[in-house]
Amino acid sequence: MIHTKEDILSLLKEVKDPEIPVISLVDLGVITGIEIDKEHVTVNMTPTFIGCPAMDYMKSDVVEVLNKHGITDHTVNLNLKTTWSSDLISTEGKQALKKFGLAPPPVHNNMIEDLDILEHAECPNCDSTETTLKSPFGPTLCRSLHHCNNCGEAFESFKPI
Amino acid sequence: MTEEALKDLLYKIADDQLILGHRNSEWTGMGPLLEEDIAFSSMAQDKVGQSLAFYTLLQELGEQEPDIVAFTRNAEQFHNCQLVELPSGEYDFSLIRHFLFDHSELIRFQMLAECPVEEVAQVARKLKGEVKYHVMHANTWVKQLASANDEANTRMQKSLDYALPYALGIFEASKFENDFIEAGIYPGEKAIETKWKENIALVLEEAGLKLPNWSEIKPVYGGRYGKHTKHLQPLLTEMSEVFNVDPTADW
Repeated sequence: MIHTKEDILSLLKEVKDPEIPVISLVDLGVITGIEIDKEHVTVNMTPTFIGCPAMDYMKSDVVEVLNKHGITDHTVNLNLKTTWSSDLISTEGKQALKKFGLAPPPVHNNMIEDLDILEHAECPNCDSTETTLKSPFGPTLCRSLHHCNNCGEAFESFKPI
Repeated sequence: MTEEALKDLLYKIADDQLILGHRNSEWTGMGPLLEEDIAFSSMAQDKVGQSLAFYTLLQELGEQEPDIVAFTRNAEQFHNCQLVELPSGEYDFSLIRHFLFDHSELIRFQMLAECPVEEVAQVARKLKGEVKYHVMHANTWVKQLASANDEANTRMQKSLDYALPYALGIFEASKFENDFIEAGIYPGEKAIETKWKENIALVLEEAGLKLPNWSEIKPVYGGRYGKHTKHLQPLLTEMSEVFNVDPTADW
């Protein structure tokens, strides 16, 4: 059976980030390309952070979902041909992050010069920007730690990178 | 440029990252405050992951697989600079080392991002974004601690003075230096060193720390050619302890 790119993309929406299970790999921007050659499907992926232990799981989850839908003639590549950036996270993905309690990364257009970009992250609980950066490193490589001076809650942000 | 030259470059980058990554991990559970415990642990994870990316490139060039390369070599087969193998010491030293090393690493990756060897450029483009966070972290804490009180400033200055000769060892020339420059791989160690001196001076001045006259500092060289301090072998022995229990185990 011949599949279209759109078919494959909609199947891959099922695959979630294992550490942030509310966002799909498609919305996270780690699926960088789908190539269809007759019956053969190639999915290209790029890592968020190079030391991220979740990447191998993401790759095997993609393989599993393809197999589940009867697509067995496939190649899944994880490489650095496209450099991942948090700007690749979709609008839908950013909303999902916020709902999950993670402040979405601000758009940066590759202009991150100092930690100011993290200094006033918008609190996902009360939307205030009266917040303080506690640390640029959080419980996973992609998160930073913040405190909201308005509602008093501690929260995490998905780092712009 | 020969493959031998490229391997020389990749080995020193990978070995720096693996060894500093291991040293950073020694702060896990020991950090002076929770956020710093997490920060050094995260940077350890980044660095070890980054070293894997370079060991993987080396494997593609015909070297042994990454685990073998990382866990079975002896100290004299490592090409890291001596700065990264020094014991973690007190927090002030670990912080200063992280500051001095990561500033050099960021410049290195910014330069290598333009490398004509596409596989190397791809990794460098990826890593410069990650290492930027390490640099920003170091800058924040160096400024914060050095301007905290007299004792903090004195300790930071002492660690800086101790670390600088080793830090200059980061830029020990490779025997392939001219090949890299001629092939446009990157502008060479001297170029990184010059830019590094400018960049760290800006932060150190703001922090109220003094840089001595560079001409009075004697760089500690040797690491790039396998000459190491007595501290590297015990680190390697500890790092490979689990691997050596059963080198054929499938993880």
